[in-house]
Amino acid sequence: MSRDSAVRDMFRRRNLVAAASLALVAALTLGSSALTQFDWPACLTSVPKAFAWMAANFVPNARALRNAPNVAQKLAETVLVSIMATMLAAVAAFAVAILGSRTTRLHPAISILARLLASLCRNIPVVAWAMILLLSFGQNVLTGLLALFIGTLGYLTRAFTEVVDEAAKSPVEALTASGATWLQTVAQGVIPSILPQTASWMLYMVETNIRDATLVGILTGTGVGFLFDLYYKSMNYPSAALVVLGIILLVVTIETASNALRRVIL
Amino acid sequence: MSDAPRIIRLRKPTRSSVALNLTLAFLVGTTVAGFFLLDTKGVDVGSASLKLWTDLANMFTHPSAQHFGFGEALWALLVTVCLGALTTVIGAAFAIIVGPFAAKNLSPAPVVAILKGFTALIRAIPTVLWVLIFAIGAGLGSVAAVVGMTFHSFSYLLKAYSEAFEEIDGDVIEALKASGANWCQIVCQAVIPSSMSSLVSWTFMRFEINFTNAVAMGAAAGAGGIGFDLFMASGFYFNIGEVGYITWLIMIVAIALEVGATRLQRSQHVER
Repeated sequence: MSRDSAVRDMFRRRNLVAAASLALVAALTLGSSALTQFDWPACLTSVPKAFAWMAANFVPNARALRNAPNVAQKLAETVLVSIMATMLAAVAAFAVAILGSRTTRLHPAISILARLLASLCRNIPVVAWAMILLLSFGQNVLTGLLALFIGTLGYLTRAFTEVVDEAAKSPVEALTASGATWLQTVAQGVIPSILPQTASWMLYMVETNIRDATLVGILTGTGVGFLFDLYYKSMNYPSAALVVLGIILLVVTIETASNALRRVIL
Repeated sequence: MSDAPRIIRLRKPTRSSVALNLTLAFLVGTTVAGFFLLDTKGVDVGSASLKLWTDLANMFTHPSAQHFGFGEALWALLVTVCLGALTTVIGAAFAIIVGPFAAKNLSPAPVVAILKGFTALIRAIPTVLWVLIFAIGAGLGSVAAVVGMTFHSFSYLLKAYSEAFEEIDGDVIEALKASGANWCQIVCQAVIPSSMSSLVSWTFMRFEINFTNAVAMGAAAGAGGIGFDLFMASGFYFNIGEVGYITWLIMIVAIALEVGATRLQRSQHVER
């Protein structure tokens, strides 16, 4: 075979693969839109319409500003809940990750149990946890806190396990070789070496939890989500817009701060 | 030489260790303060925890459905999966087009900065709020849900894609430029094909997130699917067996998606 035809062959195969993938994606899209009764023309016209409506009606006015102290208080509560859920989950995730990781586990059976627990927490969505907890804890700030805690625990355990697997291998080997006990190895070798990276994950989870807290709040009737829902359902859109504005400010501030911190820590 | 033991400082404080300690101290302090600041009146933690325990045991061991059959539940689950797939595809389509403009090695800095700022703004608003806001313009249902969820998918994938593009060796781009390839050729023939496995892996990971989001939007924003059934089971019927039934179904799909995403990620690492 000449070199020319080999090249042509390669390009033909590449085009074939590209065409097949495109066809697959197109089929998936058409099938999904038929199944969910997704209306493409309505979608295209609704986007500009929604933005025009937002510009006209979804703007805080003077009357809405009177609700500002209320909004600020709920935002503060949301920050508090997000940080608490993250930190409590981080402590638990440290334990589960260290017991679950192959480098630091005590016993294979405990390791499997730890991974199973993390998988259970992670693969039941936070919404489902919120709905489950609603039945026992009721409309209460604790419901949201616990739902976020469980979700964060699942997520952070996976992240921490990866960090432990990567970062702790050589300190663990060195300390074990020098005769340190398991507890000494974990306290002196593992935790100091993973702390910077896990702190970065904690900052990330605080950010994520503030967004998720809004969702959980709508479902469980607490926090800033509840306030938004209240204004939204009573068609007090200027006040609802004020809530959104507050959330944007909060999230952007926290994101900027944690990015700056991350740059120094890592 | 004196016999007094001399303390050897093992860890010298550096800028990063001080920042780390301050961050952790702030977070821990806030958490402790939270126990005193949060208003938890009206809930008896002891009896609520006990009820939670029996609820969990019941829902996992005795899942049951009164308000829908197995077929209907599967259909609702399929609707939710499709909602997630649709948002992923639309978000990915926009992200792949805009992606090269948001990559530092392919576009001028001001364009990159504007795009990154814009997507950060999109991400600052929680998905559920996007969906609820769009629901006023488009009515409750799949259109508002898909459009609202697509905003986040787009901004997430744009970040992921542009970062994947930025990982490409600058020499390759330089060499292509030298050989006379134009910008479009560089992007379509070199940048996108060589970062394909990374793009696929990110997209699938987003699909995993979008499935969860679709459940959430069904529960909180009237997007239908299994999420709505979950909301009804818990919020209206107070039926723990039904909540368990739905949770099992959601969990099975979520685990399957997670396994898929992990596989994709691993195969990508092997290729590298």
